[in-house]
Amino acid sequence: MNTLAIARIHRAAPLIGLLVVVVFIVLIEFLIRIGIVNRFIVPPPSEIIGSFKRVIVEEDIIHRFFVTATECLTAGVMLTVFGVAGGVLLHRFKLLQQATETWIAAMASAPTVLMYPLFLVIFGRSAWTMIMMGFVAALPPVILKTLEGLSSTRRVLIDVGRSFNLTPTQQFWKILFPAAMPTIFVGIRLGLIFALINIVGVEFLINFGGLGALINDLAERYDLAGTYASICFVILVSVLFFMGLEKVERWLRPFE
Amino acid sequence: MAETVRVKPAAHSALRLSPVTLLRVAIVLTLLACWELLAASGWLYRDVVPSLLAIGGAVYELLSHGEYYFNLGVTAGEIGVALLIGGTGGLLVGLALGANRFLSKAFESYLYYLGPTPKIIFFPIMIMWFGVGPGSKVAMGTISCFFPIVLSVAAGMRQIDKVLIRVGKSFRAGTWQMVMKIYLPAMRHPIINGVRLGLGVALIGTLLAETKLSNKGIGFLIIQAYSLFDMPRMYAMLIVLFVLSIGANALVGRLGGLDSIKRF
Repeated sequence: MNTLAIARIHRAAPLIGLLVVVVFIVLIEFLIRIGIVNRFIVPPPSEIIGSFKRVIVEEDIIHRFFVTATECLTAGVMLTVFGVAGGVLLHRFKLLQQATETWIAAMASAPTVLMYPLFLVIFGRSAWTMIMMGFVAALPPVILKTLEGLSSTRRVLIDVGRSFNLTPTQQFWKILFPAAMPTIFVGIRLGLIFALINIVGVEFLINFGGLGALINDLAERYDLAGTYASICFVILVSVLFFMGLEKVERWLRPFE
Repeated sequence: MAETVRVKPAAHSALRLSPVTLLRVAIVLTLLACWELLAASGWLYRDVVPSLLAIGGAVYELLSHGEYYFNLGVTAGEIGVALLIGGTGGLLVGLALGANRFLSKAFESYLYYLGPTPKIIFFPIMIMWFGVGPGSKVAMGTISCFFPIVLSVAAGMRQIDKVLIRVGKSFRAGTWQMVMKIYLPAMRHPIINGVRLGLGVALIGTLLAETKLSNKGIGFLIIQAYSLFDMPRMYAMLIVLFVLSIGANALVGRLGGLDSIKRF
């Protein structure tokens, strides 16, 4: 096979991938219809697609979406404020950084979301349980990435600031912060992803709030097609959210 | 006499703590003092912030009973099986995606975007497929750890030094020999990193599933403590769990020659 043909096949790869997914869905539908797969465990994909409208209209999915989005946004604002401030503080005081950076990294690897029963006791069955859970679980990456961004500012930029006799405040706002901005955004992006995962997860677990609670509601009603449809909806929302964040990140890092 | 003079400064320097250690000790002591003050003040609802003595007692109580170790064994078993299934699957799919550009272009974006979605929402489906027993928890752990491992392995495979691959081919190594002698040794770090990330999310997936619906395991014990409003016990379980999970994470990293416990 010549190089041109190989390049053409590679260009068609995403389309072929999509085709394979579609064929897989059709195959599942077929296996359910002929009775090999139990329809009371896996509802036919056609039924799931059909129940999308019902879930959107009857379950008020738009309102639930905004509830989850508001929680994520609140957690995101808190993350940005406290996470970036924490990173700046650690960068400013080297001793504090040396003493606590390992702890923060350890917290990032700990299963913080398991603290949700504790948060339930402290904040009650309210949106604040989800917001605080998302905030606490997602704080370490924002702090660490802010610190990484500030610490990896190129020496030449810092020297330019010094040669202009900038004050420490000017040096921070004119040199360090703008240079660290792309890495800080990577931290905020990671933080928002962690926050979304934790918020939807806790909504599902405590059956309160937006999209996560909807999945739990439908599953408890044994509305299988609705459960699958709502799961697909949450996945779709999450994927669109990640894609949006990636676009913003690429916009911030045009040369990488 | 000369001996004594030589020994004395060494002993002195061993006793002198570095500023970092001093600051760490100061932070820990301040936090503990603040906690104890808060517990004694009554500003929060009674028992929400129990005294350190009560938490210490609960940790001792927890660790001195066989029941905790039985439940720890159940959870560890579920996570181990999940890591084995998800890890093996992730390794095989990752190798395939990393080795074949066509497969990577066709399917990797699906895995990339599905990876960070909240996995716990699949739990109702896992209950339908695998029942309410340990099967559904293992399944939750498996789907949680599959994604980071597959993405890490695929990325690691693409970063292998081309010279190593050419060396393997010039020795006319077969596919199996290439995998065992070239690919896997060259990808040790990405694989270990993937396993480390996978272990973290498998632990979360399994434990969250246990808190939702189970009658054994650490997740069950945590939600039971919540139901009984036994706050010192809940704090004790969270402390022990955090120590174990951070330790396991660091251990996997050390075994693979990685020196940090970062998860991203």
